[in-house]
Amino acid sequence: MSELLRLEKVTVRFGGLVAVSEVDFHVAEGELVGLIGPNGAGKTTLFNLVTGVYTPTTGRICFEGRAVDGLNSSAITGMGVARTFQNIRLFNSLTVLDNVVAAFNLHLKSGFFGALWRGAAFRAEEAQIREEALSLLEIFGLREVAQTPCRSLPYGDQRRLEIVRALATRPKLLLLDEPAAGMNPTEKVELMRLIRFTQERFKLAVLLVEHDMKVVMGICERIAVLEYGRKIAEGTPSEIQKDKRVIAAYLGEEVADA
Amino acid sequence: MGPRFLLLISVAVMGLVSFLFTGHPELSWPLGQVDDYLLNILILAGINVILAVSLNIVNGHTGQFSLGHAGFMAVGAYGSATLTQINGKVFLADLSFLGNAAPTGLFVLSLLAGGVFAALAGLAVGLPSLRLKGDYLAIVTLGFGEIIRVMIQNTESLGGARGLAGIPPHTSLGWTWGISLLAIYCVGSLVNSTYGRGFLAVRDDEIAAEAMGVNTTRYKVTAFVVGAFFAGLAGALYAHFIGYITPEGFSFLKSVDVVVMVILGGMGSTAGVTVAAIGLTFLNEALREAEQYRMVAFALLLIILMITRPQGLLGGLGRWLPGKGGKP
Repeated sequence: MSELLRLEKVTVRFGGLVAVSEVDFHVAEGELVGLIGPNGAGKTTLFNLVTGVYTPTTGRICFEGRAVDGLNSSAITGMGVARTFQNIRLFNSLTVLDNVVAAFNLHLKSGFFGALWRGAAFRAEEAQIREEALSLLEIFGLREVAQTPCRSLPYGDQRRLEIVRALATRPKLLLLDEPAAGMNPTEKVELMRLIRFTQERFKLAVLLVEHDMKVVMGICERIAVLEYGRKIAEGTPSEIQKDKRVIAAYLGEEVADA
Repeated sequence: MGPRFLLLISVAVMGLVSFLFTGHPELSWPLGQVDDYLLNILILAGINVILAVSLNIVNGHTGQFSLGHAGFMAVGAYGSATLTQINGKVFLADLSFLGNAAPTGLFVLSLLAGGVFAALAGLAVGLPSLRLKGDYLAIVTLGFGEIIRVMIQNTESLGGARGLAGIPPHTSLGWTWGISLLAIYCVGSLVNSTYGRGFLAVRDDEIAAEAMGVNTTRYKVTAFVVGAFFAGLAGALYAHFIGYITPEGFSFLKSVDVVVMVILGGMGSTAGVTVAAIGLTFLNEALREAEQYRMVAFALLLIILMITRPQGLLGGLGRWLPGKGGKP
């Protein structure tokens, strides 16, 4: 397995606040990695660093050996990193299908003038994109609602649609930011199945930020733990469960007899 | 019969008109005499349609609030007049090989020049303002419009505050509505494509759009340039319709007029914006009797519509130009 994403001593400061501090981290091809930590540990910030929303103050982020820090989000997505958001960010005025179609933008051959001229090549490409988008929706059971406005979907479906939309950019690495947030236990089981399925079917590496331990422990091959912007542990789920520092981070230190 | 049909019609209308009236710019309509007053209103309505449809791609589809449309219109008006009025004789001599068609040829060139100058101005405003959003962008574009106006006011060769008179009256109903249809076609087909979904994505959520590989910077600049190009064309048509332009005619109030058309028609609805532009032009005339209450009526209409239909006249209804391979 070759390495896909690599973070070297990545630090980001917002004024006096060090949100992420000297984090070394990597994700290999096809791997399913979890990123956990208490609230405010810097997990989402780390996502925003990888996807170019923020630029690291110091340190390096490489994707497939090429430095990504300083690039636009859209350029990084073009290299093969796609993400979902902690609080759902769909294109609310568009239909379910158009949300997915919009994400095909990256691989579009006919651009501005193609859209104006509407020649044969343009029409063929439009039809093909529509087909691909519909079949992606089909895989995730959203084909029936393809023409409905996405904001009228139930919560769980909106989360799924975010994943479909991210897949439409043809990523090699998929970043999922708290996909289980707000889901009930049945939906969570379904989500775990879905994430595993996505990873295998599209041959992706998945990096997962999640608070729900059942989900994280259930599907991740490797877990990294952040606290106050520092990486305090990394290992297999069973190693993490036993790690003293992790337990301390979540439950507090054991106190000697009072 | 796809959306290209509209393109064909617009080209045909312009071609027919320019063919029929080569050397007779005073004639306006192929069907003989039409009431002059009605004709003038129809031409104004066409110009307003171009303005509203082109502002809609910036304000409606891409969600960037621009208040500088009159500025782009002024660039187009003065840019084109430079060719036909200020340096008219020189250019006409250059085009003498066209024979009778020389004035029409020069007019077409001046239209293009007006559009291109305005598009360049759009690029100049678009690039630095991209870091701004919402109200801040509105202020910058407003400032841009005023800068253009004041610059023209102080440029003696453009007539300064006195304005520029004696612009040859080339604009006909055919030209105006031909270009209106062209604008509707261009904006409609740009937006109704996978490429065009990018504009809507930028409007709905910039961060998500970037994350999905949509280059938001490129889309915003494109929207500005396309919008400005057509505003420039509208300005050029206006100059060659009225025959006399002053910087005051392109004040902030003109920009607001266009914004009102876009909001009334429904942000992002090409059909709605077209209807609103025509409707408001006619309403403006109908209320001419009640001169001093006209603005009151306008404001009331706007208030009532915003309460009853905040999404605008046709906002949120079916899409424009559905076409065969079109979008749902």
